[in-house]
Amino acid sequence: MSAAQKISYFGLIRNGIFGENPVFRVALSLCPAVAVTNTLKSGLLMGVAVFFVQVMANISISIVRKLIHARIRLPAYILIIGTWVTVANLLLAAYEWPIYKEIGLYVELIVAFAIILSRAELFASKNEVVPSLFDGLGMGLGFMFALGAISFVRELLGNGALMGYHVVNTHPVLLFALPMGGFFAVGLLMGFFNWIDIRFFGGHGASGAGH
Amino acid sequence: MLKLFELIVAASLVNNFVFTRYLGLCIFMGVTKKMETALGMSMTFTAVMVISAAINWVAYNFVMEPYHLEFLKILVFVAIIAGFVQSADTIMRKVSPGLYYKLGIYLALIITNCIILAVPLTIAESHYNFIQSLVFGLGSGLGFALALIIMASIREKLELADVPRPFQGLPIAFILTGLIALAFVGFSGLITL
Repeated sequence: MSAAQKISYFGLIRNGIFGENPVFRVALSLCPAVAVTNTLKSGLLMGVAVFFVQVMANISISIVRKLIHARIRLPAYILIIGTWVTVANLLLAAYEWPIYKEIGLYVELIVAFAIILSRAELFASKNEVVPSLFDGLGMGLGFMFALGAISFVRELLGNGALMGYHVVNTHPVLLFALPMGGFFAVGLLMGFFNWIDIRFFGGHGASGAGH
Repeated sequence: MLKLFELIVAASLVNNFVFTRYLGLCIFMGVTKKMETALGMSMTFTAVMVISAAINWVAYNFVMEPYHLEFLKILVFVAIIAGFVQSADTIMRKVSPGLYYKLGIYLALIITNCIILAVPLTIAESHYNFIQSLVFGLGSGLGFALALIIMASIREKLELADVPRPFQGLPIAFILTGLIALAFVGFSGLITL
């Protein structure tokens, strides 16, 4: 039994990173993908914050899922998520103040991320604690992967640097360094992943249901 | 009076939530496929924004600041908005089913929207007074409506365009938004508050 379960846990994580990647495939929680990905460091930090909130929210909602009446479940879930966002917000403000000054508003707004609430509603409210934990891990890692990829491309092409260190000595592409370069980076990467999906895996490409 | 007008212009054009602060993109991408839904969403949105700005201002200035509970602002704002939207949903269903049929679906989407939450957070941070908060909420709502209408009219034309297959749908919409955002840079520096 343990082998079958291990595979399904692994499947949950893989599902979060590739199958239902929060940014590139499901296309929820797009704002930070555009707004805080101008450097790799801020992108990864935002990814860590979302990872933390997603995992903790999934665990706690899965624990209390039988105590919450179905009619008030959404407000209750949002309050649970809000609690963990407050924790993440205060922790970041305490330990990473220089970056927090730039991404603070977006960290506070994690509470309004559709991806976290939708995982709570679709998965954690119907499953035991351990699968919910792995679902949260997968979704959080998928989000981190997406933000890491976008900010990697933007910092490398826009500034020729990574994590603040100068790497390549070419003419920077201003289009990616500008604040709205995130839109172009997300659009191009999304198209690129769709192309891989269509070309090599015979998929349809994510048409992007949006909300 | 002039100050308030400036605040509206600043909130709707110079600091447009979608194009210069990159918020509310899920809903922005989701409802702009058709002009009709975009219009319905922008009306609902503007109304909810003004009312939530008012309620949250009262809660922040009369309850949270006197008792030094500012660190709980995320929780309190979210709870107020969720409760208010839920009750608006229930009241509308009873009082005016026609309006509910048209706008009810947008109300459900609004609870998990970052702009709705960003407005009270910005107001709390900038220490606006009550009237300024209302005007800021209105300006932000109008700015979002403008963004939705621009995008919806472009995407309706885009239906007829020959877009490469991997870029159909969201990717091309993102690149379009980036181009509009470049145009909105032109408004920066128009008003310095």
